Amino acid sequence: MLKVNDINVYYGAIHAIKGVSFEVNDGEIVTLIGANGAGKSTILNTVCGLLHTRTGSIEFLDKNLASVPAHKVVKLGMAHVPEGRRIFQQMTVEENLEMGAYTQSRASVDPNLERVYEQFPRLKERRKQVAGTLSGGEQQMLAMGRGLMSNPKLLMLDEPSMGLAPILVEQIFDIIRQLHKAGTTILLVEQNARMALSVADRGYVLETGKIVATGTGDELLHDEAVKKAYLGG
Amino acid sequence: MLIFLNHLINGISLGSVYAIIALGYTMVYGIAKMLNFAHGDVIMVGAYICFFAISSFNLPPAVGILLAMLVCTLLGIVIERLAYKPLRQATSLAVLITAIGVSYLLQNGAQLLWTSNIKMFPSFFPGQPVELFGGELKITVASIVTVAVCVVIMLALTWFTGQTKVGKAMRACSEDKGAAQLMGIDVNTTISVTFAIGSALAAVAGVLFCSVYPNLTPTTGSMPGIKAFTAAVFGGIGSIPGALLGGVLLGLIEIFASAYISTQLSNAIVFAVLIIVLLVRPTGLLGKQIREKV
Ligand SMILES: Nc1ncnc2c1ncn2[C@@H]1O[C@H](COP(=O)(O)OP(=O)(O)OP(=O)(O)O)[C@@H](O)[C@H]1O
Ligand SMILES: [Mg+2]
Repeated sequence: MLKVNDINVYYGAIHAIKGVSFEVNDGEIVTLIGANGAGKSTILNTVCGLLHTRTGSIEFLDKNLASVPAHKVVKLGMAHVPEGRRIFQQMTVEENLEMGAYTQSRASVDPNLERVYEQFPRLKERRKQVAGTLSGGEQQMLAMGRGLMSNPKLLMLDEPSMGLAPILVEQIFDIIRQLHKAGTTILLVEQNARMALSVADRGYVLETGKIVATGTGDELLHDEAVKKAYLGG
Repeated sequence: MLIFLNHLINGISLGSVYAIIALGYTMVYGIAKMLNFAHGDVIMVGAYICFFAISSFNLPPAVGILLAMLVCTLLGIVIERLAYKPLRQATSLAVLITAIGVSYLLQNGAQLLWTSNIKMFPSFFPGQPVELFGGELKITVASIVTVAVCVVIMLALTWFTGQTKVGKAMRACSEDKGAAQLMGIDVNTTISVTFAIGSALAAVAGVLFCSVYPNLTPTTGSMPGIKAFTAAVFGGIGSIPGALLGGVLLGLIEIFASAYISTQLSNAIVFAVLIIVLLVRPTGLLGKQIREKV
């Protein structure tokens, strides 16, 4: 589904991503783990077109994304739920969700809304509320719901558990499992490596802009080096 | 009392013109985060187009206004594409200087094309003033039309930004352009649409302004432009109701100050009030308190 091949991303003179390659196959959950500043968000932002690589290629559903602007990537079936949620604070919950369906036909907006409200009943209760007044957990649900409004084939989640209480983290991961079961392919970036690896089919470990290890979720969970560095020993 | 009412009506009417111009400043600021100093000069261009359509080509006023809106819409889009779009990533100071440059370009261009001789803008509002209190209080048709147009524009814009897909996309872009792109919104197109709307409104404002102050020259747009910019800041830049409130208050303060205090000082008083308001409420009357990003 997604093939990232030897990308190099720079912020001015800072070489943030150094020759990274990975792939995500149909129906998989793949996770990228790594310490703060390893380059996880940079990779997702490059895949979705907000940032650009100087080398290599990014292929999504066999289409090269090199010349596709960020706003056209969504239409191809990719949704990115960015780090820090970035919901539209001054718009209502429902307006945020409508924006998620911006590229969709008018007719598909309502069924999608229904589906998202079913998945996140809390959002339905708050549909008229201004999004900036939602709690952190609700905002995360909104960000995910907004991403799902475009019927993505690939959903990219950047730290969906950030800043949430353990019970909410559980809830978010339950939803990730459900989405996976329903057939959505997921690329998951997480600080919470244990949770991420336990839901993921495969994972990549990122260190200062390079991939240093890869394997199935289980393999990485039991890898001594990974345990030491990311799972607290 | 009647004199007071008279000033009140004039103030609201002048304020409505400021409000229509201020909408252009505020919408563009909201989305592009820049002060489009050339906005005032787009007003002037609109007034000239309407002037020539009516005086030289004998077209009906309504056609003249539509032509002015059309030309200004295109002008706004072209200005944005050529002058501001290449500076999307530049510092706000560079953009500001460019905007001032565009403003001079328009003024000098108008001087070349149309000379700096004063043109008398035709008064085309038909009918007699409405007379109240046995003819003691006269309300001109121009005043009534101006206020009505302002109200209609406000309602239309409120509907547009609140209910339509493009309007909502505009609000999304003004909050977070990156996130808007992730939704599939084409930010460049959305910015163009905003400039187009703002410039079309500037044309309307130009015609309304000149039908009250008919001396049309290439610098006609600068004073109402600056006043409307002040009104936008006064009401809270980025806020559509703020532009209305700011515009009307500014018009009222200006008219009352020149009537009851001093004509010479009226502009100074307008700005003094602005400074006081900004000291108490830095974001303007209806401006959103800028939230810290977490
Ligand atoms: N806008 C930017 N300008 C300059 N450097 C940046 C910018 N954004 C990120 N970086 C740098 O690029 C590197 C990778 O950052 P990135 O945000 O991708 O890390 P991350 O793995 O997502 O970290 P975290 O877990 O903290 O979110 C970091 O060293 C960071 O300082
Ligand atoms: Mg990150």
